[in-house]
Amino acid sequence: MMVKGKVWKLGNHVNTDDIIAARYLNTTDSQELATHCLETLRPELVQKMEPGDILVAGENFGCGSSREHAPIAIKAAGFSLVIAVSFARIFLRNAINIGLPVVETSEAKRIREGDLLEVDFEAGMIKNLTQNSQYFWSGYPPFLQELIKCGGLMKWVRKKYIKSE
Amino acid sequence: MTITEKILAHHSHQEKVTPGEFIEASVDLVLANDVTGPLAIQEFEKIGATKVFNPAKIVLVPDHFTPCKDIRSAELVKKLRDFSRRYQVRFFEIGQVGIEHALLPELGLVQPGQLVIGADSHTCTYGALGAFATGVGSTDVAAAMITGRIWLRVPATFKFTYHGQRQRWVGGKDLILYTISRIGVDGARYQTMEFTGPVIDSLPIDDRFTMANMAIEAGAKNGIIAPDEITLTYLKSVITAFKMEPADLRSDLDSIYCQQIEIDVNQIEPQIAVPPLPSNSRSVRELTGTRIDQVVIGSCTNGRLSDLEKAAAVFLHGKVHPEVRTIIIPATQNVYYQAVKKGLIDTFLTAGCVISPPTCGPCLGGHMGVLAKGEVAVATTNRNFVGRMGHPESLVYLANPEVAAASAIKGRIAHPEEVVNP
Ligand code: SF4
Repeated sequence: MMVKGKVWKLGNHVNTDDIIAARYLNTTDSQELATHCLETLRPELVQKMEPGDILVAGENFGCGSSREHAPIAIKAAGFSLVIAVSFARIFLRNAINIGLPVVETSEAKRIREGDLLEVDFEAGMIKNLTQNSQYFWSGYPPFLQELIKCGGLMKWVRKKYIKSE
Repeated sequence: MTITEKILAHHSHQEKVTPGEFIEASVDLVLANDVTGPLAIQEFEKIGATKVFNPAKIVLVPDHFTPCKDIRSAELVKKLRDFSRRYQVRFFEIGQVGIEHALLPELGLVQPGQLVIGADSHTCTYGALGAFATGVGSTDVAAAMITGRIWLRVPATFKFTYHGQRQRWVGGKDLILYTISRIGVDGARYQTMEFTGPVIDSLPIDDRFTMANMAIEAGAKNGIIAPDEITLTYLKSVITAFKMEPADLRSDLDSIYCQQIEIDVNQIEPQIAVPPLPSNSRSVRELTGTRIDQVVIGSCTNGRLSDLEKAAAVFLHGKVHPEVRTIIIPATQNVYYQAVKKGLIDTFLTAGCVISPPTCGPCLGGHMGVLAKGEVAVATTNRNFVGRMGHPESLVYLANPEVAAASAIKGRIAHPEEVVNP
């Protein structure tokens, strides 16, 4: 899988309240959640972004609550991927479970707002077309690769448990 | 192996597990609430599932926006109610419901050695009873409701040893706030926080719940305290004829820890965490001038009976400051009832507090005490993120129940001794 998009850069410790505030948790509608994505932190962002754009953050992205509304809002807003130096653990599993690609690499620090990236998941490579550089990351462990290949946890469950019943 | 590794090995039917390893483990209890449950049900239905793995092991707790604050919340709760009727899983109606992490232990639904997952980040609370308990997402819950299993990466364990003597006014909240300030909001990311040492050995169960509850605020996967006599006494009070088994629920002496720190408790004063991070903790004395508008005493962190007792003991010495609103939220119906019987509610009402039914309410800026622009609160909750309790320009300071009560009386951040022994 290949993804190409423009970067929106965020800082360290972006929490799930920043990504989607609790006052919007009275809905599960992904499109509605998307309109409030990162509203507190960068109110203009969802209006200005284009589908396929890439979020890049520092350490501990998605810390705080377990609300899956956070990766859902990011995915529904049209972001193709999140790259961060590190992810909070529940956010990471939620993203993988719902099929929002995430890449954990310390190289995220070098990426700047507005950079154009091309990401090749199979090769584990990020091409920074703006800075004319390349970064590699180690990819996912085999178990997660299997989940991702299936298209997320529920598809994996359906394949493994429901079909075989 | 550590206690966490033992529990994970047992639940994945392996002799041993190693940090970093991926396992599929069986779950003893699956939890979701009115925010995360509807999404889980949506996923459950989307793939055409028609039965749950075991109705007795699934609990749906509508606690965040209940009593329902608006039509949409009512629709979400109805979704849980309908699902629970259809699949015979446990659902708690208003009148029985409480904040999930106070409610489940109180009902005897969590035991040492169990593996509990919940679509709520503070599920780690149950580690206080020697269970492996961790917060997951809604999709995880949907999958677990079908399969009875969860995928996990085995965490490495970070050991915290507490020595010395707790000062007066220092409880579990202060110990954990201090600990998080030492290691940062991601200081234990992906790891287990194992709390040990002489201070923990004599720490009351409610304070242990408070500590395990906030493990997530340091990024941990779970917090855990090996079960002992205090655990046993508590479990006997909530489960008839409870017997502790399995017995081998302590970390082996040759356990491998990724990090260890020793904490000298003698030095720790009552703490207060300055917004916007739970790790910004300082001694209350450094901030005693800060003016406040609201005090909230409640939540899954500090809404239990002993928390209310501590707050009430302070309110016996003064009334709520005329410019402050004070909201008391007993965490469960039972806590509320006990508080009435013990005369605590009387004390609160006389002091000028308002009592809310059990709910998460203002803890997440939901309802029952949301802050306006520029307002400042002291709360016994666990998160002081930007806008957590309302307007993005409102502020939340985190503290223990006595500090919160003293602040309510003074109209500014205050040390309890300013009120109790002035
Ligand atoms: S009381 Fe607050 S932290 Fe606890 S479960 Fe409710 S919203 Fe979450």
